[in-house]
Amino acid sequence: MADVSLAADKATGPGTPGPVVSRWRSQHLGAWLGVLPFIAFALLFLIIPTLFLIGTAFVDRDGNLTLQNLIDLGTDQVMSAFSISIRVSAASALFGAAIGLAIALAVIRGRLPNAIRSTVMTFSGVASNFAGLPLAFAFIATLGRLGLVTVILRTVFGFDIYKSGFNLLSFTGLTLTYLYFQIPLMVLIIAPAIDGLKREWSEAAQTLGASRLQFWLHIGFPVLWPNLLGTLSLLFANAFGAIATAYALTGSSLNIVPILLYAQIRGDVLHNPGLGAALALGMIAITALANVIYIVVRVRAERWLK
Amino acid sequence: MKSRRLWSWIVFGLGAAYFLLPLLATFVFSMQMRRGQLTFDAYLSVFSDNRFQSTFTYSLLCAVFAIVIGVVIVVPAAYFVRLRLQWLRPVMEFITLLPLIVPPIILVFGHIRLFNSSSILPLTNSTFGTDLLLTCGYVTLALPYMYRAIDTGLRTIDVQTLTEAATSLGSGPIRIMAQVIFPNIFVAVLSGAFLTFAIVIGEFVLASLLNRPAFGVYMQNIGANRAYEPSALAIISFALTWGAMGVIQLLDRFAPKQARRD
Repeated sequence: MADVSLAADKATGPGTPGPVVSRWRSQHLGAWLGVLPFIAFALLFLIIPTLFLIGTAFVDRDGNLTLQNLIDLGTDQVMSAFSISIRVSAASALFGAAIGLAIALAVIRGRLPNAIRSTVMTFSGVASNFAGLPLAFAFIATLGRLGLVTVILRTVFGFDIYKSGFNLLSFTGLTLTYLYFQIPLMVLIIAPAIDGLKREWSEAAQTLGASRLQFWLHIGFPVLWPNLLGTLSLLFANAFGAIATAYALTGSSLNIVPILLYAQIRGDVLHNPGLGAALALGMIAITALANVIYIVVRVRAERWLK
Repeated sequence: MKSRRLWSWIVFGLGAAYFLLPLLATFVFSMQMRRGQLTFDAYLSVFSDNRFQSTFTYSLLCAVFAIVIGVVIVVPAAYFVRLRLQWLRPVMEFITLLPLIVPPIILVFGHIRLFNSSSILPLTNSTFGTDLLLTCGYVTLALPYMYRAIDTGLRTIDVQTLTEAATSLGSGPIRIMAQVIFPNIFVAVLSGAFLTFAIVIGEFVLASLLNRPAFGVYMQNIGANRAYEPSALAIISFALTWGAMGVIQLLDRFAPKQARRD
Protein backbone atom coordinates (compact mmCIF):
# COMPACT_ATOMS: atom_id res chain seq x y z
CA MET A 1 0.00 0.00 0.00
CA ALA A 2 2.79 2.38 0.91
CA ASP A 3 4.30 1.79 -2.51
CA VAL A 4 1.16 2.74 -4.29
CA SER A 5 0.60 5.92 -2.31
CA LEU A 6 4.20 6.90 -2.91
CA ALA A 7 3.84 6.42 -6.65
CA ALA A 8 0.59 8.32 -6.61
CA ASP A 9 2.19 11.09 -4.64
CA LYS A 10 5.04 11.29 -7.08
CA ALA A 11 2.67 11.26 -10.02
CA THR A 12 0.64 14.12 -8.65
CA GLY A 13 3.66 16.33 -8.32
CA PRO A 14 4.27 19.33 -6.16
CA GLY A 15 1.94 21.73 -7.97
CA THR A 16 -1.38 20.11 -7.05
CA PRO A 17 -3.14 21.34 -3.95
CA GLY A 18 -5.09 19.22 -1.49
CA PRO A 19 -4.23 16.80 1.29
CA VAL A 20 -2.18 13.73 0.35
CA VAL A 21 -4.75 11.19 1.48
CA SER A 22 -7.67 12.43 -0.57
CA ARG A 23 -5.38 12.90 -3.56
CA TRP A 24 -4.23 9.33 -3.25
CA ARG A 25 -7.77 8.11 -2.91
CA SER A 26 -9.02 9.94 -5.98
CA GLN A 27 -6.06 8.74 -8.04
CA HIS A 28 -6.60 5.21 -6.93
CA LEU A 29 -10.24 5.52 -7.80
CA GLY A 30 -9.24 6.91 -11.20
CA ALA A 31 -7.05 3.90 -11.88
CA TRP A 32 -9.89 1.56 -10.99
CA LEU A 33 -12.30 3.49 -13.21
CA GLY A 34 -9.82 3.00 -16.04
CA VAL A 35 -9.61 -0.75 -15.57
CA LEU A 36 -13.30 -1.20 -14.85
CA PRO A 37 -14.62 -1.14 -18.47
CA PHE A 38 -12.14 -3.83 -19.44
CA ILE A 39 -13.06 -6.07 -16.51
CA ALA A 40 -16.78 -5.50 -17.07
CA PHE A 41 -16.44 -6.32 -20.75
CA ALA A 42 -14.46 -9.48 -20.06
CA LEU A 43 -17.01 -10.60 -17.49
CA LEU A 44 -20.01 -9.87 -19.68
CA PHE A 45 -18.81 -11.23 -23.02
CA LEU A 46 -16.17 -13.78 -22.10
CA ILE A 47 -16.24 -15.17 -18.59
CA ILE A 48 -19.94 -15.22 -17.68
CA PRO A 49 -21.09 -16.70 -21.04
CA THR A 50 -18.49 -19.45 -20.80
CA LEU A 51 -19.28 -20.27 -17.16
CA PHE A 52 -23.01 -20.11 -17.90
CA LEU A 53 -22.54 -22.57 -20.75
CA ILE A 54 -20.46 -24.90 -18.59
CA GLY A 55 -23.19 -24.63 -15.95
CA THR A 56 -25.92 -25.71 -18.35
CA ALA A 57 -23.94 -28.87 -19.06
CA PHE A 58 -24.89 -30.00 -15.56
CA VAL A 59 -28.60 -29.17 -15.78
CA ASP A 60 -31.34 -31.27 -17.35
CA ARG A 61 -34.42 -30.08 -19.24
CA ASP A 62 -36.37 -29.46 -16.06
CA GLY A 63 -33.61 -27.50 -14.37
CA ASN A 64 -32.38 -30.22 -12.03
CA LEU A 65 -28.70 -30.86 -11.42
CA THR A 66 -27.48 -33.89 -13.34
CA LEU A 67 -24.43 -35.61 -14.75
CA GLN A 68 -26.54 -37.30 -17.41
CA ASN A 69 -25.41 -34.88 -20.15
CA LEU A 70 -21.79 -35.81 -19.61
CA ILE A 71 -22.69 -39.50 -19.53
CA ASP A 72 -24.64 -39.05 -22.77
CA LEU A 73 -21.45 -37.88 -24.46
CA GLY A 74 -20.59 -41.57 -24.61
CA THR A 75 -22.65 -42.16 -27.77
CA ASP A 76 -20.92 -43.46 -30.89
CA GLN A 77 -21.57 -40.24 -32.80
CA VAL A 78 -20.00 -37.99 -30.18
CA MET A 79 -17.13 -40.33 -29.37
CA SER A 80 -16.18 -40.75 -33.01
CA ALA A 81 -16.30 -36.96 -33.42
CA PHE A 82 -13.88 -36.51 -30.52
CA SER A 83 -11.70 -39.28 -31.87
CA ILE A 84 -11.45 -37.75 -35.38
CA SER A 85 -10.92 -34.27 -33.96
CA ILE A 86 -8.15 -35.42 -31.65
CA ARG A 87 -6.47 -37.41 -34.42
CA VAL A 88 -6.61 -34.57 -36.97
CA SER A 89 -5.35 -32.06 -34.39
CA ALA A 90 -2.59 -34.38 -33.18
CA ALA A 91 -1.47 -35.30 -36.70
CA SER A 92 -1.47 -31.71 -37.95
CA ALA A 93 0.33 -30.59 -34.77
CA LEU A 94 2.98 -33.33 -35.00
CA PHE A 95 3.67 -32.91 -38.72
CA GLY A 96 3.36 -29.14 -38.44
CA ALA A 97 5.90 -29.06 -35.62
CA ALA A 98 8.33 -31.43 -37.34
CA ILE A 99 8.19 -29.71 -40.73
CA GLY A 100 8.13 -26.25 -39.19
CA LEU A 101 11.20 -27.09 -37.13
CA ALA A 102 13.00 -28.43 -40.20
CA ILE A 103 12.21 -25.28 -42.17
CA ALA A 104 13.19 -22.98 -39.30
CA LEU A 105 16.48 -24.85 -38.81
CA ALA A 106 17.23 -24.79 -42.52
CA VAL A 107 16.49 -21.08 -42.78
CA ILE A 108 18.21 -19.95 -39.58
CA ARG A 109 21.16 -22.31 -39.16
CA GLY A 110 21.49 -23.75 -42.66
CA ARG A 111 23.64 -20.95 -44.10
CA LEU A 112 21.00 -19.81 -46.54
CA PRO A 113 21.08 -16.19 -47.75
CA ASN A 114 19.65 -13.73 -45.20
CA ALA A 115 17.00 -12.54 -47.63
CA ILE A 116 15.44 -16.02 -47.54
CA ARG A 117 15.13 -15.89 -43.80
CA SER A 118 13.23 -12.61 -43.72
CA THR A 119 11.03 -13.69 -46.62
CA VAL A 120 10.15 -16.94 -44.84
CA MET A 121 9.35 -15.11 -41.60
CA THR A 122 7.12 -12.57 -43.36
CA PHE A 123 5.37 -15.28 -45.34
CA SER A 124 4.85 -17.29 -42.13
CA GLY A 125 3.15 -14.29 -40.55
CA VAL A 126 0.73 -14.14 -43.45
CA ALA A 127 0.16 -17.89 -43.91
CA SER A 128 -0.46 -18.52 -40.20
CA ASN A 129 -3.30 -16.01 -40.48
CA PHE A 130 -4.56 -17.43 -43.76
CA ALA A 131 -7.07 -19.91 -42.41
CA GLY A 132 -10.78 -20.43 -42.48
CA LEU A 133 -12.86 -20.51 -45.64
CA PRO A 134 -10.34 -19.10 -48.15
CA LEU A 135 -7.85 -21.80 -47.19
CA ALA A 136 -10.42 -24.49 -47.92
CA PHE A 137 -11.20 -22.83 -51.28
CA ALA A 138 -7.51 -22.79 -52.16
CA PHE A 139 -7.09 -26.49 -51.43
CA ILE A 140 -10.24 -27.41 -53.35
CA ALA A 141 -8.87 -25.50 -56.33
CA THR A 142 -5.56 -27.33 -55.92
CA LEU A 143 -6.28 -30.89 -54.81
CA GLY A 144 -10.05 -31.21 -55.16
CA ARG A 145 -11.50 -33.57 -57.74
CA LEU A 146 -11.23 -30.83 -60.38
CA GLY A 147 -8.29 -29.08 -58.74
CA LEU A 148 -5.44 -27.94 -60.90
CA VAL A 149 -2.80 -30.28 -59.46
CA THR A 150 -5.20 -33.23 -59.56
CA VAL A 151 -6.02 -32.54 -63.21
CA ILE A 152 -2.38 -31.99 -64.25
CA LEU A 153 -1.29 -35.19 -62.52
CA ARG A 154 -4.06 -37.09 -64.30
CA THR A 155 -3.77 -35.65 -67.81
CA VAL A 156 0.00 -35.11 -68.02
CA PHE A 157 1.38 -37.89 -65.83
CA GLY A 158 -1.54 -40.32 -66.07
CA PHE A 159 -1.72 -40.54 -62.30
CA ASP A 160 -5.14 -40.27 -60.71
CA ILE A 161 -4.64 -39.47 -57.03
CA TYR A 162 -8.33 -40.03 -56.30
CA LYS A 163 -8.21 -43.54 -57.81
CA SER A 164 -5.21 -44.31 -55.65
CA GLY A 165 -7.19 -43.54 -52.52
CA PHE A 166 -6.58 -39.85 -51.86
CA ASN A 167 -9.55 -37.73 -50.90
CA LEU A 168 -9.38 -34.09 -49.89
CA LEU A 169 -12.57 -34.48 -47.88
CA SER A 170 -11.02 -36.94 -45.47
CA PHE A 171 -8.72 -37.23 -42.51
CA THR A 172 -5.63 -37.00 -44.76
CA GLY A 173 -7.00 -34.09 -46.76
CA LEU A 174 -8.01 -32.12 -43.69
CA THR A 175 -4.62 -32.71 -42.04
CA LEU A 176 -2.81 -31.66 -45.22
CA THR A 177 -4.90 -28.48 -45.33
CA TYR A 178 -4.40 -27.64 -41.64
CA LEU A 179 -0.64 -27.91 -42.15
CA TYR A 180 -0.88 -24.74 -44.22
CA PHE A 181 -1.37 -22.67 -41.07
CA GLN A 182 0.28 -25.04 -38.57
CA ILE A 183 3.74 -25.09 -40.18
CA PRO A 184 4.08 -21.28 -40.38
CA LEU A 185 2.86 -20.94 -36.79
CA MET A 186 5.57 -23.39 -35.73
CA VAL A 187 8.21 -21.45 -37.68
CA LEU A 188 7.14 -18.19 -36.01
CA ILE A 189 7.16 -19.61 -32.48
CA ILE A 190 10.29 -21.75 -32.70
CA ALA A 191 12.51 -19.24 -34.54
CA PRO A 192 13.37 -17.22 -31.39
CA ALA A 193 14.23 -20.45 -29.57
CA ILE A 194 16.58 -21.51 -32.37
CA ASP A 195 18.13 -18.05 -32.31
CA GLY A 196 18.69 -18.66 -28.61
CA LEU A 197 20.98 -21.62 -29.34
CA LYS A 198 24.19 -19.68 -29.07
CA ARG A 199 26.92 -20.12 -31.62
CA GLU A 200 29.38 -20.46 -28.72
CA TRP A 201 27.67 -23.64 -27.60
CA SER A 202 28.25 -25.49 -30.83
CA GLU A 203 31.78 -24.08 -31.03
CA ALA A 204 32.50 -25.22 -27.48
CA ALA A 205 31.08 -28.65 -28.26
CA GLN A 206 33.18 -28.85 -31.40
CA THR A 207 36.33 -27.86 -29.52
CA LEU A 208 35.68 -30.65 -27.07
CA GLY A 209 35.44 -33.06 -29.98
CA ALA A 210 31.68 -33.53 -30.26
CA SER A 211 30.19 -34.46 -33.60
CA ARG A 212 27.21 -32.56 -34.99
CA LEU A 213 24.96 -35.43 -34.03
CA GLN A 214 26.28 -35.37 -30.49
CA PHE A 215 25.75 -31.62 -30.31
CA TRP A 216 22.10 -31.94 -31.27
CA LEU A 217 21.55 -35.00 -29.10
CA HIS A 218 23.08 -33.59 -25.93
CA ILE A 219 22.74 -29.81 -26.26
CA GLY A 220 20.53 -28.56 -29.08
CA PHE A 221 17.57 -30.84 -28.66
CA PRO A 222 17.45 -30.80 -24.83
CA VAL A 223 17.41 -26.99 -24.92
CA LEU A 224 14.75 -26.81 -27.63
CA TRP A 225 12.68 -29.68 -26.26
CA PRO A 226 10.48 -27.77 -23.76
CA ASN A 227 9.74 -25.28 -26.52
CA LEU A 228 8.85 -28.08 -28.91
CA LEU A 229 6.50 -29.69 -26.44
CA GLY A 230 4.90 -26.35 -25.62
CA THR A 231 4.42 -25.40 -29.24
CA LEU A 232 3.03 -28.84 -29.97
CA SER A 233 0.24 -28.33 -27.47
CA LEU A 234 -0.45 -24.85 -28.83
CA LEU A 235 -0.71 -26.21 -32.38
CA PHE A 236 -3.00 -28.95 -31.12
CA ALA A 237 -5.37 -26.47 -29.48
CA ASN A 238 -5.20 -24.30 -32.58
CA ALA A 239 -6.41 -27.13 -34.81
CA PHE A 240 -8.89 -28.48 -32.30
CA GLY A 241 -10.96 -25.31 -32.13
CA ALA A 242 -10.85 -24.59 -35.89
CA ILE A 243 -14.08 -25.09 -37.77
CA ALA A 244 -14.44 -22.85 -40.82
CA THR A 245 -11.81 -24.63 -42.93
CA ALA A 246 -13.24 -28.06 -42.16
CA TYR A 247 -16.80 -26.89 -42.69
CA ALA A 248 -16.06 -25.40 -46.12
CA LEU A 249 -13.96 -28.37 -47.10
CA THR A 250 -16.11 -31.26 -46.01
CA GLY A 251 -19.52 -29.73 -45.27
CA SER A 252 -20.83 -32.03 -42.59
CA SER A 253 -19.41 -35.21 -44.10
CA LEU A 254 -16.45 -35.28 -41.74
CA ASN A 255 -17.79 -35.50 -38.24
CA ILE A 256 -15.36 -33.45 -36.12
CA VAL A 257 -16.38 -31.95 -32.76
CA PRO A 258 -16.67 -28.27 -33.77
CA ILE A 259 -18.82 -29.21 -36.78
CA LEU A 260 -21.02 -31.45 -34.66
CA LEU A 261 -21.40 -28.60 -32.16
CA TYR A 262 -22.17 -26.19 -35.00
CA ALA A 263 -24.93 -28.48 -36.27
CA GLN A 264 -26.19 -28.88 -32.71
CA ILE A 265 -26.42 -25.11 -32.16
CA ARG A 266 -28.16 -24.61 -35.52
CA GLY A 267 -30.68 -27.39 -35.28
CA ASP A 268 -30.29 -29.47 -32.13
CA VAL A 269 -29.20 -32.54 -34.13
CA LEU A 270 -28.44 -34.39 -30.91
CA HIS A 271 -32.01 -33.74 -29.69
CA ASN A 272 -30.81 -32.57 -26.30
CA PRO A 273 -29.81 -28.93 -25.58
CA GLY A 274 -27.85 -29.99 -22.50
CA LEU A 275 -25.71 -32.29 -24.62
CA GLY A 276 -24.52 -29.33 -26.68
CA ALA A 277 -23.25 -27.67 -23.52
CA ALA A 278 -21.58 -30.92 -22.45
CA LEU A 279 -19.90 -31.08 -25.87
CA ALA A 280 -18.65 -27.52 -25.35
CA LEU A 281 -17.36 -28.46 -21.91
CA GLY A 282 -15.44 -31.36 -23.43
CA MET A 283 -13.87 -29.04 -26.01
CA ILE A 284 -12.88 -26.46 -23.39
CA ALA A 285 -11.37 -29.18 -21.21
CA ILE A 286 -9.17 -30.39 -24.07
CA THR A 287 -8.02 -26.96 -25.32
CA ALA A 288 -7.48 -25.78 -21.72
CA LEU A 289 -5.31 -28.81 -20.98
CA ALA A 290 -3.27 -28.21 -24.12
CA ASN A 291 -2.82 -24.54 -23.21
CA VAL A 292 -1.85 -25.29 -19.61
CA ILE A 293 0.87 -27.62 -20.91
CA TYR A 294 2.00 -24.82 -23.23
CA ILE A 295 2.22 -22.23 -20.44
CA VAL A 296 3.92 -24.49 -17.90
CA VAL A 297 6.47 -25.70 -20.42
CA ARG A 298 7.05 -22.21 -21.75
CA VAL A 299 7.97 -20.87 -18.36
CA ARG A 300 10.55 -23.65 -18.03
CA ALA A 301 11.84 -23.06 -21.55
CA GLU A 302 12.40 -19.35 -21.09
CA ARG A 303 15.19 -19.99 -18.57
CA TRP A 304 17.57 -20.83 -21.39
CA LEU A 305 16.65 -18.09 -23.76
CA LYS A 306 17.77 -15.06 -21.83
CA MET B 1 29.48 -28.23 -44.58
CA LYS B 2 28.51 -28.47 -48.25
CA SER B 3 25.95 -31.19 -47.57
CA ARG B 4 24.42 -29.16 -44.75
CA ARG B 5 23.80 -26.31 -47.12
CA LEU B 6 22.37 -28.64 -49.74
CA TRP B 7 19.95 -30.09 -47.19
CA SER B 8 18.86 -26.61 -46.20
CA TRP B 9 18.08 -25.81 -49.82
CA ILE B 10 16.13 -29.05 -50.22
CA VAL B 11 14.03 -28.41 -47.09
CA PHE B 12 13.43 -24.83 -48.14
CA GLY B 13 12.51 -25.88 -51.68
CA LEU B 14 10.01 -28.50 -50.54
CA GLY B 15 8.47 -26.04 -48.10
CA ALA B 16 8.23 -23.37 -50.77
CA ALA B 17 6.56 -25.86 -53.12
CA TYR B 18 3.95 -26.83 -50.53
CA PHE B 19 3.16 -23.20 -49.75
CA LEU B 20 3.31 -21.67 -53.21
CA LEU B 21 1.66 -24.43 -55.22
CA PRO B 22 -1.84 -23.99 -53.72
CA LEU B 23 -1.60 -20.22 -54.24
CA LEU B 24 -0.51 -20.64 -57.83
CA ALA B 25 -3.09 -23.35 -58.53
CA THR B 26 -5.85 -21.27 -56.93
CA PHE B 27 -4.85 -18.26 -58.95
CA VAL B 28 -4.78 -20.16 -62.26
CA PHE B 29 -8.03 -21.93 -61.35
CA SER B 30 -9.70 -18.60 -60.61
CA MET B 31 -8.88 -17.41 -64.14
CA GLN B 32 -10.43 -20.35 -65.97
CA MET B 33 -14.03 -19.24 -65.73
CA ARG B 34 -14.22 -18.68 -69.48
CA ARG B 35 -13.47 -21.93 -71.26
CA GLY B 36 -10.05 -22.16 -72.91
CA GLN B 37 -9.03 -18.66 -71.92
CA LEU B 38 -7.36 -17.07 -68.93
CA THR B 39 -9.51 -14.14 -67.82
CA PHE B 40 -10.40 -12.20 -64.72
CA ASP B 41 -14.10 -13.01 -65.20
CA ALA B 42 -14.42 -14.68 -61.80
CA TYR B 43 -13.07 -11.55 -60.11
CA LEU B 44 -15.42 -9.34 -62.13
CA SER B 45 -18.29 -11.61 -61.18
CA VAL B 46 -17.33 -11.35 -57.50
CA PHE B 47 -16.77 -7.61 -57.46
CA SER B 48 -19.98 -6.85 -59.32
CA ASP B 49 -22.03 -9.00 -56.98
CA ASN B 50 -24.18 -6.78 -54.77
CA ARG B 51 -23.90 -9.23 -51.91
CA PHE B 52 -20.11 -9.01 -52.07
CA GLN B 53 -20.27 -5.27 -51.67
CA SER B 54 -22.88 -5.28 -48.92
CA THR B 55 -21.37 -8.12 -46.87
CA PHE B 56 -17.86 -6.74 -47.21
CA THR B 57 -19.06 -3.32 -46.07
CA TYR B 58 -20.89 -4.93 -43.18
CA SER B 59 -17.80 -6.85 -42.02
CA LEU B 60 -15.65 -3.77 -42.50
CA LEU B 61 -18.00 -1.78 -40.27
CA CYS B 62 -17.93 -4.57 -37.67
CA ALA B 63 -14.13 -4.47 -37.78
CA VAL B 64 -14.05 -0.69 -37.34
CA PHE B 65 -16.41 -0.78 -34.36
CA ALA B 66 -14.57 -3.77 -32.86
CA ILE B 67 -11.31 -1.84 -33.15
CA VAL B 68 -12.80 1.28 -31.53
CA ILE B 69 -14.35 -0.66 -28.65
CA GLY B 70 -11.19 -2.70 -28.21
CA VAL B 71 -8.96 0.38 -28.06
CA VAL B 72 -11.32 2.21 -25.70
CA ILE B 73 -11.42 -0.63 -23.18
CA VAL B 74 -7.84 -1.91 -23.50
CA VAL B 75 -5.78 1.32 -23.56
CA PRO B 76 -6.96 2.71 -20.18
CA ALA B 77 -6.81 -0.74 -18.56
CA ALA B 78 -3.29 -1.52 -19.80
CA TYR B 79 -2.16 2.04 -18.93
CA PHE B 80 -3.38 1.97 -15.34
CA VAL B 81 -2.17 -1.56 -14.77
CA ARG B 82 1.28 -0.44 -15.86
CA LEU B 83 1.14 2.79 -13.89
CA ARG B 84 -0.52 1.91 -10.63
CA LEU B 85 -2.09 -1.55 -10.45
CA GLN B 86 0.90 -3.74 -11.20
CA TRP B 87 -0.49 -6.58 -9.13
CA LEU B 88 -3.42 -6.85 -11.56
CA ARG B 89 -1.07 -7.82 -14.38
CA PRO B 90 -1.42 -11.62 -13.97
CA VAL B 91 -5.21 -11.21 -13.98
CA MET B 92 -5.01 -9.23 -17.24
CA GLU B 93 -2.71 -11.82 -18.77
CA PHE B 94 -5.09 -14.58 -17.79
CA ILE B 95 -8.17 -12.81 -19.13
CA THR B 96 -6.50 -12.03 -22.44
CA LEU B 97 -5.37 -15.63 -22.75
CA LEU B 98 -8.89 -16.99 -22.33
CA PRO B 99 -10.07 -16.31 -25.92
CA LEU B 100 -7.30 -18.63 -27.08
CA ILE B 101 -8.49 -21.39 -24.73
CA VAL B 102 -12.20 -20.98 -25.41
CA PRO B 103 -12.74 -21.69 -29.13
CA PRO B 104 -14.87 -19.11 -31.01
CA ILE B 105 -17.71 -21.57 -31.54
CA ILE B 106 -18.04 -22.03 -27.78
CA LEU B 107 -17.86 -18.30 -27.17
CA VAL B 108 -20.76 -17.63 -29.53
CA PHE B 109 -22.68 -20.60 -28.12
CA GLY B 110 -22.34 -18.99 -24.69
CA HIS B 111 -23.44 -15.64 -26.11
CA ILE B 112 -26.51 -17.19 -27.71
CA ARG B 113 -27.47 -18.94 -24.49
CA LEU B 114 -26.83 -15.92 -22.27
CA PHE B 115 -28.29 -13.16 -24.43
CA ASN B 116 -31.22 -14.95 -26.07
CA SER B 117 -34.71 -13.53 -26.23
CA SER B 118 -35.81 -14.90 -22.86
CA SER B 119 -32.80 -13.69 -20.87
CA ILE B 120 -32.31 -10.59 -18.72
CA LEU B 121 -30.35 -8.84 -21.48
CA PRO B 122 -32.06 -10.05 -24.69
CA LEU B 123 -29.54 -8.70 -27.21
CA THR B 124 -30.58 -11.16 -29.92
CA ASN B 125 -34.10 -9.70 -29.99
CA SER B 126 -33.22 -6.80 -32.25
CA THR B 127 -30.97 -6.39 -35.26
CA PHE B 128 -29.03 -3.69 -33.50
CA GLY B 129 -28.60 -5.87 -30.42
CA THR B 130 -27.35 -8.77 -32.51
CA ASP B 131 -24.93 -6.53 -34.38
CA LEU B 132 -23.68 -5.25 -31.05
CA LEU B 133 -23.29 -8.80 -29.75
CA LEU B 134 -21.40 -9.85 -32.89
CA THR B 135 -19.10 -6.84 -32.63
CA CYS B 136 -18.43 -7.54 -28.95
CA GLY B 137 -17.71 -11.15 -29.90
CA TYR B 138 -15.11 -9.87 -32.37
CA VAL B 139 -13.61 -7.61 -29.71
CA THR B 140 -13.27 -10.71 -27.52
CA LEU B 141 -11.63 -12.78 -30.28
CA ALA B 142 -9.14 -9.97 -30.92
CA LEU B 143 -8.52 -9.23 -27.22
CA PRO B 144 -5.31 -11.30 -26.88
CA TYR B 145 -3.73 -9.56 -29.88
CA MET B 146 -5.00 -6.09 -29.05
CA TYR B 147 -3.85 -6.30 -25.44
CA ARG B 148 -0.43 -7.64 -26.31
CA ALA B 149 0.12 -5.03 -29.00
CA ILE B 150 -0.86 -2.15 -26.70
CA ASP B 151 1.03 -3.52 -23.70
CA THR B 152 4.16 -3.88 -25.83
CA GLY B 153 3.67 -0.29 -26.99
CA LEU B 154 3.39 0.91 -23.38
CA ARG B 155 6.54 -0.96 -22.45
CA THR B 156 8.58 1.02 -24.96
CA ILE B 157 7.56 4.42 -23.57
CA ASP B 158 8.18 5.75 -20.10
CA VAL B 159 4.63 5.80 -18.81
CA GLN B 160 5.58 7.01 -15.33
CA THR B 161 7.61 10.05 -16.41
CA LEU B 162 5.16 11.05 -19.13
CA THR B 163 2.31 10.90 -16.63
CA GLU B 164 4.23 12.89 -14.03
CA ALA B 165 5.19 15.52 -16.56
CA ALA B 166 1.65 15.86 -17.89
CA THR B 167 0.19 15.96 -14.38
CA SER B 168 2.58 18.67 -13.25
CA LEU B 169 1.46 20.68 -16.25
CA GLY B 170 -2.11 20.33 -15.06
CA SER B 171 -3.59 17.49 -17.16
CA GLY B 172 -6.23 15.15 -15.84
CA PRO B 173 -6.08 11.38 -16.46
CA ILE B 174 -8.40 11.40 -19.49
CA ARG B 175 -6.44 14.16 -21.15
CA ILE B 176 -3.16 12.38 -20.37
CA MET B 177 -4.42 9.21 -22.03
CA ALA B 178 -5.88 10.95 -25.05
CA GLN B 179 -3.15 13.50 -25.71
CA VAL B 180 0.02 12.04 -24.23
CA ILE B 181 -0.17 8.26 -23.97
CA PHE B 182 -2.27 7.48 -27.03
CA PRO B 183 -0.14 9.42 -29.57
CA ASN B 184 2.96 7.72 -28.15
CA ILE B 185 1.58 4.21 -28.61
CA PHE B 186 -0.29 4.98 -31.82
CA VAL B 187 1.86 2.61 -33.88
CA ALA B 188 1.19 -0.24 -31.46
CA VAL B 189 -2.53 0.54 -31.48
CA LEU B 190 -2.50 0.46 -35.28
CA SER B 191 -0.89 -2.95 -35.41
CA GLY B 192 -3.51 -4.22 -32.96
CA ALA B 193 -6.14 -2.66 -35.22
CA PHE B 194 -4.87 -4.42 -38.34
CA LEU B 195 -4.73 -7.75 -36.54
CA THR B 196 -8.34 -7.21 -35.47
CA PHE B 197 -9.23 -6.39 -39.06
CA ALA B 198 -7.55 -9.58 -40.31
CA ILE B 199 -9.51 -11.64 -37.77
CA VAL B 200 -12.89 -10.02 -38.36
CA ILE B 201 -13.01 -9.66 -42.12
CA GLY B 202 -13.33 -13.35 -43.03
CA GLU B 203 -14.80 -14.62 -39.77
CA PHE B 204 -17.51 -17.21 -40.32
CA VAL B 205 -18.71 -19.02 -37.19
CA LEU B 206 -19.89 -16.09 -35.06
CA ALA B 207 -21.66 -14.33 -37.91
CA SER B 208 -23.22 -17.55 -39.18
CA LEU B 209 -24.61 -18.63 -35.82
CA LEU B 210 -25.92 -15.13 -35.11
CA ASN B 211 -27.43 -15.01 -38.62
CA ARG B 212 -25.75 -11.78 -39.66
CA PRO B 213 -24.87 -11.00 -43.31
CA ALA B 214 -21.08 -10.92 -42.85
CA PHE B 215 -18.43 -11.46 -45.51
CA GLY B 216 -17.50 -14.87 -44.10
CA VAL B 217 -21.07 -16.11 -44.42
CA TYR B 218 -21.20 -14.82 -48.00
CA MET B 219 -17.95 -16.64 -48.80
CA GLN B 220 -19.33 -19.87 -47.38
CA ASN B 221 -22.44 -19.45 -49.50
CA ILE B 222 -20.39 -18.86 -52.65
CA GLY B 223 -18.15 -21.79 -51.79
CA ALA B 224 -21.12 -24.12 -51.64
CA ASN B 225 -22.73 -22.92 -54.87
CA ARG B 226 -20.12 -21.71 -57.34
CA ALA B 227 -17.06 -23.17 -59.02
CA TYR B 228 -14.62 -20.39 -59.89
CA GLU B 229 -15.65 -17.51 -57.64
CA PRO B 230 -14.44 -19.23 -54.43
CA SER B 231 -10.88 -19.37 -55.72
CA ALA B 232 -11.10 -15.70 -56.70
CA LEU B 233 -12.31 -15.00 -53.14
CA ALA B 234 -9.42 -17.04 -51.75
CA ILE B 235 -6.92 -14.95 -53.71
CA ILE B 236 -8.63 -11.71 -52.62
CA SER B 237 -8.54 -12.86 -48.98
CA PHE B 238 -4.91 -13.83 -49.26
CA ALA B 239 -4.11 -10.40 -50.66
CA LEU B 240 -6.05 -8.76 -47.80
CA THR B 241 -4.23 -10.84 -45.17
CA TRP B 242 -0.91 -10.07 -46.84
CA GLY B 243 -1.81 -6.38 -46.87
CA ALA B 244 -2.76 -6.32 -43.18
CA MET B 245 0.36 -8.23 -42.13
CA GLY B 246 2.53 -6.09 -44.42
CA VAL B 247 1.22 -2.92 -42.80
CA ILE B 248 1.92 -4.37 -39.34
CA GLN B 249 5.51 -5.21 -40.30
CA LEU B 250 5.95 -1.77 -41.79
CA LEU B 251 4.59 -0.18 -38.60
CA ASP B 252 6.93 -2.34 -36.56
CA ARG B 253 9.83 -0.70 -38.30
CA PHE B 254 8.67 2.74 -37.16
CA ALA B 255 7.89 1.70 -33.60
CA PRO B 256 10.33 2.74 -30.87
CA LYS B 257 12.36 -0.29 -29.83
CA GLN B 258 13.82 0.58 -26.44
CA ALA B 259 12.39 1.96 -23.24
CA ARG B 260 14.39 4.91 -22.03
CA ARG B 261 13.75 3.84 -18.47
CA ASP B 262 11.87 0.96 -16.99
